[in-house]
Amino acid sequence: MSRPDPVEHLFRHESGRLIAALTRLFGVHNLALAEDVVQEALCRALEVWKLRGMPENPSAWLMTTAKNQALDVLRRERTARTFAPELGRLLETEWTLVPAVDEALGEHAIRDDELRMMFSCCHPHLAEETQVALVLHILCGFSVAEIANAFLSGPATIAKRISRAKKVLASSRRLFDLAGADDFRARLTAVQRALYLLFNEGYHGSCAEAAVRVDLCREAMRLARILGEHPLAGTPSTHALLALMCLHAARLPGRVDAAGSLSALLDQDRNQWDGGLAAQGQQLLERSATGPQISEYHVEAAIAWVHASAQRPQDTDWGQIVSLYDTLMTIRPSPVVALNRAIALAELEGPERGLEAIRAIADRERLDAYPFYRAALGEFELRCGRLSLARDHFRSALEAARNLTERQFLQNRLAACACRSDAAGVSQ
Amino acid sequence: MSEFLYVYRGGARPTAPEQMQQVMQKWMTWMKELGAKGHMKDPGHPLESTGKTVSGQRKSVTDGPYAEKDVVGGYSLIEAQDLEQAAELSAGCPILETGGTVEVRPIMRIDR
Repeated sequence: MSRPDPVEHLFRHESGRLIAALTRLFGVHNLALAEDVVQEALCRALEVWKLRGMPENPSAWLMTTAKNQALDVLRRERTARTFAPELGRLLETEWTLVPAVDEALGEHAIRDDELRMMFSCCHPHLAEETQVALVLHILCGFSVAEIANAFLSGPATIAKRISRAKKVLASSRRLFDLAGADDFRARLTAVQRALYLLFNEGYHGSCAEAAVRVDLCREAMRLARILGEHPLAGTPSTHALLALMCLHAARLPGRVDAAGSLSALLDQDRNQWDGGLAAQGQQLLERSATGPQISEYHVEAAIAWVHASAQRPQDTDWGQIVSLYDTLMTIRPSPVVALNRAIALAELEGPERGLEAIRAIADRERLDAYPFYRAALGEFELRCGRLSLARDHFRSALEAARNLTERQFLQNRLAACACRSDAAGVSQ
Repeated sequence: MSEFLYVYRGGARPTAPEQMQQVMQKWMTWMKELGAKGHMKDPGHPLESTGKTVSGQRKSVTDGPYAEKDVVGGYSLIEAQDLEQAAELSAGCPILETGGTVEVRPIMRIDR
């Protein structure tokens, strides 16, 4: 065996792939059994590879190991359990068992399994946040503790949520079938939404560890790519979703600056943006413009594109951004969208107009816990020269801050207030 | 140079995929380092956690040991100047981070 370096997150990704494949073989009601088999296969890989080094093709090695374990389980339990209905009688005799398992776990067959599992996880009886947790757990190989860490939640809460969700999944024996389903459209919308939320949790989320957040973004993009490659699931809105992710991810290197603090979009070093990802995003955006419908992902991707295409902050076409936010407010209105619109409007027409727009947000009390709401108010007051008001807003934003990075960002804004008052020679 | 056997015993097993990858990465780094310095004679093999134990005059056979706390999980063959150096080299073994041990045993030299 040679000693190539393991691909990043190899174990996580193989875990998701293998669980999806074995769940199709065993049936969704035997998900726990599939997870056990995969866990055992990964353990064996670790034991062997840590001494002997990794094989040339670790994925194939793992698949073979999992296949052998699966055969053992099927032989041992075929009278005690029922497995996937589509395999049915093939599993009953030894001479049909091995070819059936070989076929089921062949490269060709397992390509769709991750996708089908994604659709299964986005079951209509599950809350959106539960769907996201389930996708992370089953398909991305995140442990309960890792999910709890990413979502700033207790491990016990996440564990309970996931185990309840698995029971809901088990109510259907088969993995979701994309081709034959009446509710394909609705399910696709749910899958897109879950991946969008997963990406956002990474991009805007509350977890302080930059590495964790980058992982969430990458996972969302990996799954969105699988979605986009499928003939039925690769709709214009799927391409728009992936475009949005690429265009945002292109800014990730600049988003957390050298000091580890969250850079306001306009202060970011644009040279650090990932040009390759931005170009991919643009291509996808063009590809997404083929259908009759415009989704929220189209609009958000377009906004991201306007930002990405400005060479310098002052080149940003704020008029276009404001009108895109207007469109977004008609498709998916929310206080956060309204706040972002107000921020764009302030850039276009000045801070007083921004403040007016914020005051006009319906149910803006829902933004109270969102630190960037107060931060925006503080920023506009600062630009209007009302330093004492600005300070008050930044201070209450600081109270709502969810992690060190946000706190540091807001401390910097407070320091900016102090600078301004020194420069003006006034004490307020 | 003399030969030594490293016997890896016990140690908590990681359960989350990412932890597994990290543990493996540490082992690979450590093994690579030993190899690069010319100390790795044979990386050895991992052992299954099942087995049988045969004992006594009556040659009674019992199942196990299973993956209990101090079960031997694997072994490697090392080359080092002396026992001190062999023990020193074992200090980098990742098994020590998870409560396991490395038993360092000189291979008996046969003088002819």
